[in-house]
Amino acid sequence: MDAPRHLVVVGGGMVAQRLVEALRDRDTAGTWRVTVLAEEPRRPYDRVALTSFFAGRTPEDLALGDASLWDDPLVTLVRGDAVTAVDRAARTVTAASGRTYGYDHLVLATGSYAWVPPMEGADLPGVFVYRTLDDVAALRGYVQGLQAERAHPVRGVVLGGGLLGLEAAGALDALGARSTVLQVDTHLMSAQVDLGGGEALRRLINRIGIGVRTQAMTTRVHEHRRGGVGRVELADGTRLDADVVVVAAGVRPRDELARAAGLAVGPRGGVVVDDTCLSDDPDVSAVGEVACIRGACIGLVAPGYTMAEITADRLLGGTATFPGADTATKLKLAGVDVASFGDAFARTPGALEIVWADPVAGVYKKLVLSDDARTLLGGVLVGDASAYASLRPMLGRELPGDPSAFLLPAGTGGAPDLELPDDAGVCSCNNVTAGAVRHAVTDEGCHDLGAVKACTRAGTSCGSCLPLVKKLMATELETLGVTVSTALCEHFALSRAQLYDAVRVAGSRTFTEVVERFGTRAAGRGCDICKPAVASILATTAPGHVLDGERAALQDTNDHVMANLQKDGSYSVVPRIPGGEVTPEGLIAIGAVAKDYGLYTKITGGQRIDLFGARIDQLPHIWQRLVDAGFESGHAYGKSLRTVKSCVGSTWCRFGVQDSVALAVLLELRYRGLRSPHKIKLGVSGCARECAEARGKDVGVIATDKGWNVYVGGNGGFTPRHARLLAEDLDTETLIRTIDRFLLYYVRTADRLQRTAPWIEEVEGGLDGVRAVVIDDALGICADLDAQMAQHVDEYEDEWRATLDDPEKLRRFASFVNAPDVPDPSLAYVPERGQARPATAAERAAAASGAPVLVAGSTLEVRS
Amino acid sequence: MTLLDATPAAAAPRRTWLPVCRLDDLARERGVAALVPDGPDGRLEQVALFRLVDDRVLAVQQHDPFSDAHVLARGIVGSRQVGADEVPTVASPMYKQVFDLRTGACLDPAGKQPVAGLPADLRTWPVRVVAGAVEVAVQDAAAGDAP
Repeated sequence: MDAPRHLVVVGGGMVAQRLVEALRDRDTAGTWRVTVLAEEPRRPYDRVALTSFFAGRTPEDLALGDASLWDDPLVTLVRGDAVTAVDRAARTVTAASGRTYGYDHLVLATGSYAWVPPMEGADLPGVFVYRTLDDVAALRGYVQGLQAERAHPVRGVVLGGGLLGLEAAGALDALGARSTVLQVDTHLMSAQVDLGGGEALRRLINRIGIGVRTQAMTTRVHEHRRGGVGRVELADGTRLDADVVVVAAGVRPRDELARAAGLAVGPRGGVVVDDTCLSDDPDVSAVGEVACIRGACIGLVAPGYTMAEITADRLLGGTATFPGADTATKLKLAGVDVASFGDAFARTPGALEIVWADPVAGVYKKLVLSDDARTLLGGVLVGDASAYASLRPMLGRELPGDPSAFLLPAGTGGAPDLELPDDAGVCSCNNVTAGAVRHAVTDEGCHDLGAVKACTRAGTSCGSCLPLVKKLMATELETLGVTVSTALCEHFALSRAQLYDAVRVAGSRTFTEVVERFGTRAAGRGCDICKPAVASILATTAPGHVLDGERAALQDTNDHVMANLQKDGSYSVVPRIPGGEVTPEGLIAIGAVAKDYGLYTKITGGQRIDLFGARIDQLPHIWQRLVDAGFESGHAYGKSLRTVKSCVGSTWCRFGVQDSVALAVLLELRYRGLRSPHKIKLGVSGCARECAEARGKDVGVIATDKGWNVYVGGNGGFTPRHARLLAEDLDTETLIRTIDRFLLYYVRTADRLQRTAPWIEEVEGGLDGVRAVVIDDALGICADLDAQMAQHVDEYEDEWRATLDDPEKLRRFASFVNAPDVPDPSLAYVPERGQARPATAAERAAAASGAPVLVAGSTLEVRS
Repeated sequence: MTLLDATPAAAAPRRTWLPVCRLDDLARERGVAALVPDGPDGRLEQVALFRLVDDRVLAVQQHDPFSDAHVLARGIVGSRQVGADEVPTVASPMYKQVFDLRTGACLDPAGKQPVAGLPADLRTWPVRVVAGAVEVAVQDAAAGDAP
């Protein structure tokens, strides 16, 4: 085979990432190797979601696609080395480092830069642009620095009232700064919405506390006498106080390499390309914002992705051409819903506009239709963009029924259900059709949103199509006969959250009461789904021992015998080791128990010790020894708090700034035994080095110089998640109160077996909503949550100690009701690496037929 | 307890009522395991006994055909509507297959297959409660009357 040809991509943004991904997906023969030369020091990230950086997301959270793409031997990513020259004759590029790369084909994906209008003072400290992660991080640092040293609230001014300007204003607002948007044009988002929509938008923006001035041209930025920005001056002479200025006045293509190399550029910049994305040099393509296609550069990611796909296709001998840009946009700003798509300004000859406006509610909606009022050409939705996801794919198609129905508020008859054709695009970022989503559900077996996203990539970039994807999935599941109701199971029509509230308010104490009052039929006796769920609900609404009365019949075997069932029917035992801190005497006691009962011993990920291979009848004897040595149940078997992992903290560590072990022990003892919808893990790190991996936990606490930062919603497992920032610099008392409320809000409202990360995604308002409830008490339930946690802490008792004290409860641990001391004869073990492990089926069979296999029964040396 | 000295009997399998425990030994809607001699050679079988909420007692094999472990007595007892019937069920504690406690039929294989060649349905034993004693009908045993 010939050596692969060399593709050099200049630029490491979203479109470059998509190009490499598409090429490596399809080029299975390996005809191309790719070198990506990126100016920024990081992997391609989701620039569209830049604003979410302020909501506690980190650069890693914004990383795009599968990181393994960059491990591909045919792909090289060079970070932090900008290309400075292109030599088309020699077919090489030279980078700032001085290195030269030869190419067979070159793709320019250099994107845009933020344009700063000519004005005096534009270079003062405190003037920022809003384009890269570094820009955003610098802006955040500057604002937080000012907040620390100034008494008055930080005042921010944003130059530009477009999409990006409004997001920047929202970001300033989120940082606690007062912000004002200065728009040169007559109204906000003038490139996407008409005057009527712009007016509605202004009222919405004002409502969330952001000021707006239109027809406001900034001419000068004045310096503060203490240095940095102090004031901006407008063309009409008005002066506004400002501590920070964000320029979001538009972008310009970064076409300087192309210009220097003599490639044709458009009248307003940008590398001129044809519908195949080729420049006037057949060995050079341009994609994304730097490309001037059909006479214009387009500052949106979806058309860039389309160009990347076309280029990948062409490189492999395909014939794809540019179909025209999908310029639909949606503003990502909490509390302000704006969407614009298609021919929003009704420029098509004969186009008709249907407008519905409610100035009081701040809603403005417009549909643009063909001259026969049937085909959808475009639209503007301000204040309520709920129809966006279902309308956008209908562009260029006939709408069923009366078009005005799509504009009326929900509940007044509302929009008819749209049956999207299979070829209608649902996710324009990733070019996923309705048919592809349906196919994933019906043929690929994707029955939840996560699976559909993973399979089709729909909704994995900007996420605006997720409501539609969810709806398509639900419809498809319904036709498949898969129930998508939120009912817990056949015995309860309520969801877990609804049942929790019902039980709490009614004060029910037993399963029989609950099923008679809230069940689908009084004769129903529950199942393995609802019984543990009711047990978990009762555990926090009416606390009591897991084996008390009828409650014992609700427990899964793990909770019933307070140990973890293993594959052969034996159990494992985990004593609690709070914060991972254990004395030598404690370790010796655990070791002695393991030795005496022949238990396989392993250190867990949660900084404690798991003892495997205990028979059900041995559990009370083992626990008697552990309780006598001062240990208590570790609840490793429960859907409850597991561990609070910690680093060694400031007590020993040279870098620690707080005592992470003491806090971890305090938290573990506070929340031990708290039953929840799924297991809960916590972590505490003593400094920003994060050795406890706290951000991989449901609640992660990281020490700062001023106190504690608390992160929520992390987990490992099948879908690893990093926890996101809930609150910063809390003192210990506030921290504990915040975690108390967060955990109980989760316990009350999450679905069964739903961990905190997906719960935060689904709960009202997402992470902001959680913050509003647990910190600002938006629902007025905090006093109630605090009282509930106080009760939990007061009434906690060690389940194992209580069981050992009660002969009635101990009877449950007999191996056989008619032979309580006969061990289960089916259990068999073989030695491996100095410990016991369950015998395999083949080993048992061999031993039974007399072959020389060392298989021991479960009665290894026992001292009791 | 006398259950272990079962004597092999003649030709046709007969059922014998074997007392295994008191009804009071069983908690409502939970199971226990019992060892009973059963079959021509008096081999010990592990039987799972369940006391329902109405004090009926039902018995199925303790061996879980889907996990090859002897654990069914530790499953959650519930009910499932099949037609007009409220069928008493147990869910395996291992992989959550659901079985009809009256017939042993597997009602929900939970997307799995039984291990190597085993039937998905469970064996059952007749059970009766006589004067507070729980008795299981076993084949070819020594004590008691056949039904």
